[in-house]
Amino acid sequence: MDWQYFWELFFGGLTRGSIYALIALGYTMVYGIIELINFAHGEVYMLGAFTALIVAGALGIYGFPAVAILIIAAAVAVIYCAAYGVTLEKIAYKPLRDAPRLSPLISAIGMSIFLQNYVILAQTSDFMPFPNLVPQPEFLEPIAHIMGASEVLIIVTSAVSMAALTLFIKYTRMGKAMRATAQNRKMAMLLGIDADKVISLTFVIGSSLAAVGGVLIASHVGQVNFAIGFIAGIKAFTAAVLGGIGSIPGAMLGGLVLGWCESFATGYISSDYEDALAFALLVLILIFRPSGILGKAKTQKV
Amino acid sequence: MSATTANAAAAVLDVRSISMNFGGLRALNEVDLQVRQGEIVALIGPNGAGKTTFFNCITGIYVPTEGTVHVTPRDGRTVTVNGLKASQVTALGMSRTFQNIRLFPTMSVLENVMIGRHCRTRAGILGALLRDPKTRAEEQRIVEESYALLKSVNLHQHYKDEARNLPYGAQRRLEIARALATEPFLLCLDEPAAGMNPQETHELKELVIQIRERHELSVLLIEHDMSMVMSLSDRIYVMEYGSKIAEGTPEEVSKNPRVIKAYLGEESHA
Amino acid sequence: MQGLKKSILVSLWFMFLTFPLMVIRIDSLNGTIDWRWENMLGMGVGTFVLSFVWRFMLARKEAGRAAAAGGALSARGAWFERLRSDPKAAVPALAVLLAAFLVLPWVVSTYQTNIMISALLYVMLGLGLNIVVGLSGQLVLGYVAFYAVGAYSYAILNSNFGLGFWSVLPIGGAMAALFGILLGFPVLRLRGDYLAIVTLGFGEIIRLVLENWSSFSQGPSGIANIDRPGLFGMQLSVSDATTYIYYLILAAVIVTILAVTRLKNSRIGRAWQALREDEIACQAMGIDITTTKLTAFALGACWAGFAGVIFAAKTTFINPASFTFLESAMVLAMVVLGGMGSVIGVSVGALVLILLPEYLRAFSEYRMLIFGATMVLMMVFRPQGLVSPGRTKYNVTDAEGAGADAARPAAGGNA
Repeated sequence: MDWQYFWELFFGGLTRGSIYALIALGYTMVYGIIELINFAHGEVYMLGAFTALIVAGALGIYGFPAVAILIIAAAVAVIYCAAYGVTLEKIAYKPLRDAPRLSPLISAIGMSIFLQNYVILAQTSDFMPFPNLVPQPEFLEPIAHIMGASEVLIIVTSAVSMAALTLFIKYTRMGKAMRATAQNRKMAMLLGIDADKVISLTFVIGSSLAAVGGVLIASHVGQVNFAIGFIAGIKAFTAAVLGGIGSIPGAMLGGLVLGWCESFATGYISSDYEDALAFALLVLILIFRPSGILGKAKTQKV
Repeated sequence: MSATTANAAAAVLDVRSISMNFGGLRALNEVDLQVRQGEIVALIGPNGAGKTTFFNCITGIYVPTEGTVHVTPRDGRTVTVNGLKASQVTALGMSRTFQNIRLFPTMSVLENVMIGRHCRTRAGILGALLRDPKTRAEEQRIVEESYALLKSVNLHQHYKDEARNLPYGAQRRLEIARALATEPFLLCLDEPAAGMNPQETHELKELVIQIRERHELSVLLIEHDMSMVMSLSDRIYVMEYGSKIAEGTPEEVSKNPRVIKAYLGEESHA
Repeated sequence: MQGLKKSILVSLWFMFLTFPLMVIRIDSLNGTIDWRWENMLGMGVGTFVLSFVWRFMLARKEAGRAAAAGGALSARGAWFERLRSDPKAAVPALAVLLAAFLVLPWVVSTYQTNIMISALLYVMLGLGLNIVVGLSGQLVLGYVAFYAVGAYSYAILNSNFGLGFWSVLPIGGAMAALFGILLGFPVLRLRGDYLAIVTLGFGEIIRLVLENWSSFSQGPSGIANIDRPGLFGMQLSVSDATTYIYYLILAAVIVTILAVTRLKNSRIGRAWQALREDEIACQAMGIDITTTKLTAFALGACWAGFAGVIFAAKTTFINPASFTFLESAMVLAMVVLGGMGSVIGVSVGALVLILLPEYLRAFSEYRMLIFGATMVLMMVFRPQGLVSPGRTKYNVTDAEGAGADAARPAAGGNA
């Protein structure tokens, strides 16, 4: 067995999987709180990548050093995505909180289409090159044959973000309020938790994580266009469902599992059906184990 | 044991020690219950005693973990119900209403009842597309029969309205009419008087008695309104924590010390 | 005053929000930045005005809800209701409409007839999806897959076996219906939003298979030189063929409208609607939800299949790019705009969404933007769509009931 190839695929899968996990967290958190598949979440990720691209381009013209550009671009992307996430919620979901279940989903699909075309009209429908901003430091030389610096950056950043999120949810007041709202929104409100605030915060966190994912993937792949959000969104949703939607560790696990599945399947079998694999996986899980790996089965109330 | 066997001969519903587990939770524990032809039987108990779960088990919405449910429809054969789908149970002739009203809210009042006729009619896609005389005749029959049922619960003036715009008490009556449209031999009512004022409750009681006579059916009802239960029922079953704790005539039950302690205690002396 | 302050804040917020994307454009060739401040100004003014409209609409929706509960009938709805319910008004109106559609290809150019053909194709797709989404309440996001099945059935059977349009039309419909059932079986147990996502995945899988299985579908390059439908073996010129296809699709749409209306008012159609309203109550009424869902899937898919065959025959060339998720979303937007469950509404919705961007050139660039916005705005402000589904009339023979009828308030706004 070719171990080097195996490790390449393994870390390739880990890289992909980390990104999926970052985006999946946004899906799973929103679903946990308001039981909505935020279909436009993938677009927020795309907006993050685009915003970073624009900021990086502008800073590049003014001659900033690469590392500074990366940090500033990422920070701006995070702020803007959080803002987009909250706005999205206020316009497309909040007025529909008591509507039939499918209404917010249709609204979300509409938002997704709207945001894609907003980017096309405001910028372009072409692929835009994203500058390579990640330096290749010397201490990474020994592993350079299996993974580059940007891959290391993706894995480390994702791990740190997820750890921070876990601590936040577990130990802070707001985190506890979020958990309470996810369990029972009405009860939480009776106990004095401001559900609107919790929902907004959920969108802020989810969108910020998506922005981090967007910046990382853009600098890794080196190009961005308006459509990257759709496919990444579906895959991240698959990851969330795979792990058990509503479960935060589930989303992380699901992301990694999906990343590895894709990486090994394309590496060892065929790359023709790379995207179809995620879809097939999604369909199969939803049919056979809709509660996912870590989720709990729910009995419908009569 | 010999007494129940004798009764079982005439029982239209015969439930033998059914249990229902949800994960680790035992919501029903070996509950027995019989309803005989023409009887009105009440199932009472404190909130959370498992009454609605019992209903869901016998009407095919849940499959009980253990035990058997037998019914004897009008044709006289005895059928095992557990394991059947809810729609099959209804087709056999057991029909129900829901604790928190489940009408088809944006369909008209008449259409709600017409849905009940579905399992007694046949027209398929081809009939719908071609609209042949046979289909049209059947359709008109559905309309007439449904309208007659609406009349029997005094809702016929509202037949064009959307079901969701009916007042609360009328919605309860519509649910009953809809259940009757499936031609049941056993009508299961889940808290039909909930949220009704005394006047409405009284009318409902009269309605249930009328229905039993006119449609020659048996009634199983869950109810919290004690005056209604006591004056309406032939027999009463009492449940607590998923188990049956007593059964008998209203008189017997109201004297049963366990029942008084568990349930009637606070209410009858209040 | 309160409103003014709010609107200013909203406008400032959106100016901030859209700043990087709307204002900055990087010209990487020359290494310069194109600052488009005029966009920011436009955005500020636009959102300022829109925020007033938004609040007004929300307030009106609330008021409308209260009025509907009280039994008021809006004046705007009244003339339309009369047109719909009074045969004296409806028959001439329909006749005029039909006549207009019949003479259309003789008064407009071939190009415009072609546009009309695609609009009518979308009407057909919308009505088919309406069976699944509007009547039975199952949100299917991969509807275009069935359209693809129909189109590829004709393309492949025609180019490999030389089968003609008329013999493939039923085959295409049947194939699509079969796929509908194949998809329907495993997803029966799924709840609404999961169902939506699974069908989306299914649609994408079909497209990816068509793209990658070259020996079967010729991959991304697609299948060309598909025969146009034959008319008793005559050779038609391109413009005559267009006219012929126009009448063909017009007839297909009329048949579809008739079929869907009849289905809606039938025993099966009522079962679909009951399924949409409350799945558990529907089962408790003795309706087998498995067969009910499957018939809805099969019939909805079948219509997409018919439309697919006609599409392939019209364009004579198909490739997987015509069958993306966006196409499904577009058809869904039509159903949502027109009014879920309403045959007239969906037809109008499809015509509006296809023809408007086509004829208002200024709009065509914004077409998909408008599609997306339409879906959001309709859900927020008018979830029942432009046209609420019409109430079926039932003849009840009861003097007393009919007399009481007039006294009863008209419920549900435009019921």
